[in-house]
Parts: sequence; structure tokens; C-alpha cells
Amino acid sequence: MLNVENATIRFGGLTAVSDLTMTVGEGEIVGLIGPNGAGKTTAFNMITGVYRPTEGAIAFNGVDITRLAPHRITALGLARTFQNIRLFREMTVLENVMVACNLRMGVHLFPSVFHTPAYLRRERGARDQALDLLDKVGLIQHADEPATSLPYGKQRRLEIVRALATKPTCLLLDEPAAGMNPNESRELMDFIHCVRDDFGISILLIEHHMQVVMGVCSRMYVLEYGITIAEGSPEKIQKDPRVIEAYLGVD
Amino acid sequence: MTKKTKLILSAAACVAMFAFVIVADNFFGNFNLRVFNLCAIYIILALSMNLLNGFTGLFSLGHAGFMAIGAYVCALLTMSPAQKELNFFLAPIVPVLANVQLPFIPALVIAGLVAAAFAWLIGTPVLRLRDDYLAIATLGFAEIIRVVITNLQTITNGALGLKGLPKYSTTGVVWGVAAITAAFMLALIRSAYGRSLKAVRDNEIAAQAMGIDVAHVKIVSFVLSSFFAGIGGALLGHLMTTIDPKMFVFGLTYNILLIVVLGGNGSITGSVVASFVVTIMMELLRFLDGPLNFIVFKTEGLPGLRMVVFSLLLMIVVIYRQKGLMGTKEFSWDMLAAAGRAFRKGRGDSNGGSAC
Repeated sequence: MLNVENATIRFGGLTAVSDLTMTVGEGEIVGLIGPNGAGKTTAFNMITGVYRPTEGAIAFNGVDITRLAPHRITALGLARTFQNIRLFREMTVLENVMVACNLRMGVHLFPSVFHTPAYLRRERGARDQALDLLDKVGLIQHADEPATSLPYGKQRRLEIVRALATKPTCLLLDEPAAGMNPNESRELMDFIHCVRDDFGISILLIEHHMQVVMGVCSRMYVLEYGITIAEGSPEKIQKDPRVIEAYLGVD
Repeated sequence: MTKKTKLILSAAACVAMFAFVIVADNFFGNFNLRVFNLCAIYIILALSMNLLNGFTGLFSLGHAGFMAIGAYVCALLTMSPAQKELNFFLAPIVPVLANVQLPFIPALVIAGLVAAAFAWLIGTPVLRLRDDYLAIATLGFAEIIRVVITNLQTITNGALGLKGLPKYSTTGVVWGVAAITAAFMLALIRSAYGRSLKAVRDNEIAAQAMGIDVAHVKIVSFVLSSFFAGIGGALLGHLMTTIDPKMFVFGLTYNILLIVVLGGNGSITGSVVASFVVTIMMELLRFLDGPLNFIVFKTEGLPGLRMVVFSLLLMIVVIYRQKGLMGTKEFSWDMLAAAGRAFRKGRGDSNGGSAC
């Protein structure tokens, strides 16, 4: 459903990502790994419209999204989270999720201000949907707390829930396990599996630690200095000499 | 506290305020009533600036410009042809405007709409900027408006200004508009659209990724804010009954910014309370501008000394309480009840802890 074809992005003389070709199929969990500075997040930003690729094309469900604005890409069903948590700081947990519900609710200025019956009905619908989502991921008891008061792991989880509230068909997770201990990251991987199964969506995730993704992804791509050096099943990747070289270094 | 009690309390507060406005209108002296009505106008202006600075996170300093547009449009639409002829003695007014005379309310709405239209025009390029750059660009816009008004002799009467505006800004009108503005802002901020505004303020990139059209939301906020700024400017003009370009210098924007920052960037009730405090203090501290006797030394009147007090106040707030009076919170009866409990508890403890 997501097709990236020969996408290249240059910042001045620096080629951050070169010739990236990748696909994510229906219901798949695909990993994008690589050492620090390999261009993983840049690739994400390219897909979600934050940056425009210098060359190449990106299509989602057959629609060309190469030059679309980020909010339009989200509207097509491609949602994302961020490496450095970007919650809405002054809002509660529930409000954070409800903001994301706005997209499918169709929010307009004057119905909102005058609280028309149609608006109130949709608002109730959004609230129920948000509460339901929070319930599913075990954050319901924190609904009215400020989002930033949550512990780190739960903030990450909230970011994922918020992205889910836009009703995506494909979810992009940028280092969801960053800063987590092995135990927490194992929990998170289980959670990602559940999300895929419960919501029937495909997931593309960036990860830094290879061990974490091995268990959860069916396929993965390995980037180094912006270049795709390997792709395939976790087993294949594990044995790939170039990947080992990139990660461990070879004398 | 139950929802019903709170509703009754809120209704009672509204009735009390309404009664106070009527009492003020009938029993206040001329000067006091004028200051009281000025409070209402500053409430409108502070709320409109807070929508932009506090709720959408756009640091804009163009308020005086939009107020000037509103004030001039409304004045030119409501003044009688005879009054216009009296004013434009250097060069005659353009014929289109010479004989126009509208009732106050339509003129007021048109004044707001014209200010909003200007905001829409400059919004697209200017709102691409952020933070200080946006502030500088909007400040520049306000200055351009002022200079243009000074030079459009046949439309605005240039530096001479307009005199003898009809006294339409009565207590009922200014407080009515202030109430409508406050109700509008409260309804907006508590709605789904208000959440989109706050999302843009809190994290633009995340807001975009959640499917919010950030550019559109910013424009809407800018246009709405300017609409109310235009209305506020028009009301101010009809309260003073005289307007000239020098009225709309940067200092005016600064006064409104002062209210917003003191009251809490992102708090509607904070802005309302701070509007009262600042407007009344501006008048109470007027003695500072006159001759002073400090026993040790005497001054012969230093105009502008009262603004030093406000500058100091602003510095203290910025250093010790950046959130201002209310932060981003709103006044609620629960907050008052909690404060009451804390107060009683504190007093009880000092009496030996006998009170519960």
C-alpha cells in the first residue's frame, strides 16, 4: 500500500537519503533500521510530507503523495509518531487524542463556536471514540491528567494512540522504543503487534536496536549513510555481512 | 461542588455584573464612567490579542494597525455629511464618502470586517514567519497603516484626525460587545476548533501530523483576532469622539500586550481581570506624571512616569511569574472553593488546628 520509489533527498551538497525504494504491504510490520545518522528519520519526514524528496516518487494506496502537505497525507490514512515525543503540552491526555479526532470529525469554525446540534453530536462521538481508544491501550485512568505528567513509556503510548485516532491504514512509528529499558521495549513490541491485529493496519517502524525489531517485523530495510544496504527477512538481515559491518565495524 | 450549584453561581455572577453595569451607568460620575467603559474596550482588545498570542501561539504586534482601520472605517461611515465637511477643511473628502451615513451597529460590523479583510490579505505571506520575525512583520504592518492613514488626506483627513464622532460608545454598547466577545471566545476555546488552535500553539509539527491544516488555522485565528481588534478600535474612537493617527502608535499595542501577559497568556478570565486592573491603574497612577514632592527632591512633572510602574510590573511578572495571573487556566468556582478551603485551613492551623 505504501510505495517509495528511488526517493532521494539532498540538503545542499549532502545527500541524506539516496535512492530509497521500499514497499509496505497490507497488514505488514516493516522495520527501517540503521546506525545513528543513517537517514531513517529523514526518510520518514520525506514520506509524511515534512520534506519533499529531490528526486523519486512516493505513492500511498495508488495516490501520489510526493508533494502533498503533511496534513493531507494524514487525511489519506498515513499517521505517524515522533522520535522526540511531541505531545500537546498544555492539554490533558483525553484532549490530546480528541485533537486527532478532529480530522475525521470535520471541524469548522462557526458550528464549533455556536455549538450547533450536529456539532454536539459529532463532539460526543469524538469523545466516545477517544475514550474507547484510551481504554483499549490502558490509559483511561489518566484521561484527565495533563499529558506531560505521564511517565515516559506511557507518553510514547499516548503518541501512538493519538496517531490511531486519525483512523490511519498505515502507521509510521519513529523509534518507539527510544529510551526504554529491555523490559519496556519488549512490552512495547507486544503492544505494536496488538495494534496491528486490533486495528488491521500496516506499520512501518524505525528502530535503532536490532534485537528489538527482530521479533516484531516480517521484513526490514537497513540504511547506512542514506544508502539501502540490505533488505529482507530478519534472519537474512542478521547474517548479512554488510549489516554486521555497519553495526559492529570490521577490521 | 455539583454542576447545578456552579451553574447557579455563574448565572448569579452574570446578573450581578449586569446590575453593576446598570448602576455604574446611572450613578457613576462622567470621568469614572468613562474609565469603566474603557475597561470594557480593553477587555475586547485583550481577548482578541489573547486569541492570537495565547491560544494560537502567534506572537503578533499589529493590533494598533487593525484598531486604526476599524476606528477610521467606523468613524467615516457614521459621521454626518455636515460634520465631515467641517473636518476636511484642508482638502475636501472624496465624494464617495462625503454623503455616506450608516447607523452605528452596521458600521461597527463593517469596521470589523474591513480590519479582518486586511488581516486576510497580509496573513498569507506574514504567517509563514514565526516568533520574533512574525512580531516584527506585524509591527511593521501596523506602522505602515499609521503612515498611510497620515498621508491619505482626502480619505482620513491625514494628521488632523477626525473630530466630533457621534457618542455611540455608550455603557450598554461597550459592555454588550465585551460580553459577546467574551462569550464568543469562551465558546471557541472550549470547542473542537479551539483544540485545533491550542494544538498549533503547543506543537505545530505534531498538529500537522494529526491532520490539522496549520496554515488555515493560523489565518482563521489572525482574521478573527483582527475582526475584534477592528471593533475595539471603532468603539474606542466613538468613546473618545476624536481619532488621529498618533493614537494608534505602538504604545497602544504595548498596553494590550501588558494586559495579556499580566492576566496570563492563554486565559480568558485572566485577560478580563487584568483589563480592569491595568485600565484603572493607568488612571489612578496619573498623579505620577504630574509634579511630585519626594521631600528630598521635587519633580516638575515627568510625563510617562506612570508607564515606568507598568514596565517594572511587567519585569517582575516576567522574572517571577511568567504564567501571569492565571497561566493558561480559567477561573472556576472549584478554584475559588479550593482557595477558600486552603485559606480556612491556614487560619485554622494558626489558631491551634481546631477548625476543620
